[in-house]
Amino acid sequence: MTTTSLTTSRGAGRAGDKVFSAATLAAGCLILAVLFGVALFLLIQAFPALVASPDEIQGGKGFFSYIWPIVIGTLIAAVIALVIATPVAIGVALFISHFAPRKLASGLGYVIDLLAAIPSVVYGAWGAAFLAKEISPAYNWLANNMGWLPIFQGPASATGKTILTAGIVLSVMILPIITSLSREIFLQTPKLHEEAALALGATRWEMIRMAVLPFGRPGVISAVMLGLGRALGETMAVALVLSSGALTASLIQSGNQTIAAEIALNFPEASGLKVNTLIAAGLVLFVITLGVNMIARWIISRHKEFSGAN
Amino acid sequence: MTATLTPVKKRSALTKGQLPKWAPYLVLGIALVLGAAILALIGFNALGWGLVSAIIFAIGLVGWSGAVEGSRRAKDKLATCLVVGAFLIALLPLFSVIWTVLVNGLPGLMDPGFLTTSMNGVTGAFDNKTVEEGAPVVGGIFHALIGTLLITVLATIISVPVGLLTAVYLVEYGNDRPLARAITFFVDVMTGIPSIVAGLFAAAFFFAVVGPGTKTGAVAAVALSVLMIPVVVRSSEEMLKIVPNELREAAYALGVRKWRTILKVVIPTAISGIASGVTLAIARVIGETAPILVTAGFATSINYNVFSGWMASLPTFIYTQILNPTSPSNPDPSSQRAWGAALVLIILVMVLNLGARLIARMFAPKTGR
Repeated sequence: MTTTSLTTSRGAGRAGDKVFSAATLAAGCLILAVLFGVALFLLIQAFPALVASPDEIQGGKGFFSYIWPIVIGTLIAAVIALVIATPVAIGVALFISHFAPRKLASGLGYVIDLLAAIPSVVYGAWGAAFLAKEISPAYNWLANNMGWLPIFQGPASATGKTILTAGIVLSVMILPIITSLSREIFLQTPKLHEEAALALGATRWEMIRMAVLPFGRPGVISAVMLGLGRALGETMAVALVLSSGALTASLIQSGNQTIAAEIALNFPEASGLKVNTLIAAGLVLFVITLGVNMIARWIISRHKEFSGAN
Repeated sequence: MTATLTPVKKRSALTKGQLPKWAPYLVLGIALVLGAAILALIGFNALGWGLVSAIIFAIGLVGWSGAVEGSRRAKDKLATCLVVGAFLIALLPLFSVIWTVLVNGLPGLMDPGFLTTSMNGVTGAFDNKTVEEGAPVVGGIFHALIGTLLITVLATIISVPVGLLTAVYLVEYGNDRPLARAITFFVDVMTGIPSIVAGLFAAAFFFAVVGPGTKTGAVAAVALSVLMIPVVVRSSEEMLKIVPNELREAAYALGVRKWRTILKVVIPTAISGIASGVTLAIARVIGETAPILVTAGFATSINYNVFSGWMASLPTFIYTQILNPTSPSNPDPSSQRAWGAALVLIILVMVLNLGARLIARMFAPKTGR
């Protein structure tokens, strides 16, 4: 009898326990359901466009020939952004983790995080009104002196509203993401490794090359992949900055288009099959970014297991 | 004997073969002067001056170091220059953006009625009159402020309970089960969903459930929740994890039920971190444009009802005023309104960011004894 009085208590408490744990479980499952639902509903709404006869789709040649130029455009913009942002971001992360004075480091990190806080539409407005104007002389120079390269083929856009400008704006937007993740990884470098390198007479740069960078490589790779995912899906910077057009190789002429910008520019006025086509384009974007993000997260989670080196 | 007592002017053997302490300052001074001289020849501007001086500084310091200290030290100096240069380059767009918004946005914000009137009834004729006859810029962002406020509040109401409960599940009930690991993984993946895809999802969902063409504030709030939930989960999870286990064990030892322990001990301990995480999540979604564009459309009049009718918001207001000016022939008044709205939006986001820091600091649990 005494054992039961120890194990039983007021029913309300036990019920509360059950209700609460069920609620938390439901919330967790809801998140999985939402992610599943994203894929499902995009698929349902995209389906009419995927099976429609080719001449009903915009351009009249079917969904595939509609989507591939803007997929390529999306990749071009993202690659430009990565090429610019990655070295700068790694430099900034190293500066904050290993070069800046200790007391300043967290404050400087906060300043870089402010870059992430600025809304994307403001970046778009800045890119369109300020950067495009300032940078167009440089495009003229490129067209005159490097015009033999297909990517710098002239005549350069007079307004500066090109895919290269959009890529530069994107690079500013993904910089804080790559920086903050790389910084975390660099700070996790085992202190003993660093001190051992310094004790052997290495200079600071040699210490970073021997101890910090090899340790941080998987983390930096996944940070870059996450930046890539963001750059692929970023809408406003491209929609406002780029004066879009057909796919062209030249980065300094107007032309090219990205999936996200295509959707944003056309969706508000779209109706009928056009809506389905745009949602199908969104589905393609979702699949691409999901793939990139899952690879990045997989690298991070694999890295977690052996990062307890110290 | 006396010779050893007089101070030796010669440099110590330990610092031989090193650049003196003042070397960087000397090179910097020379670089600034040289840079100014070069720029004076080809036309002066501040950005070019900084750039040229930085290059001269790097070459000068690395070259000098290479001559005196050898190639290893020179490489070290080069790396330092590059890393500091990267940081300075990263600061350029930040200041440029903030400066551009301030300069262009202040005239709009100073306009009487900018914050208290909507764009209802404001047509291109008004803007043409402004440009041609110097009449004041009419119209404002009140409808967009209302829309942003309502949509964000509704998104917060949806996201915070779901996000917080999920975080509780992960920390308190998950125990590294496969389900918990799957949730962690997919929450991480969800943070990478492009904002426009979140918008399309909400649109597609309501198109399928309510009817095609459903565009209301509530749809936008659902879209923003998709973006907000993962941020809330991640930050709350981190905060719940650092609550000391001793607190939980003490509660259990007193016979307190697990759910009451979580509600009365764990969450209050972590509440400052959770609140600041939620504030940061709000700051993130308040500036999202694309999901609102495809889910709530854009309106020019005030709409207080999130469940019916198109709704304006600050980001979509900026976007439409730039892309489709009210008066196509005279876009200047529109762009002035857009920059004014951008300034308001940036101020909102910065206030939320600073608020998050303040909350985290003010309500942090007292750890000292």
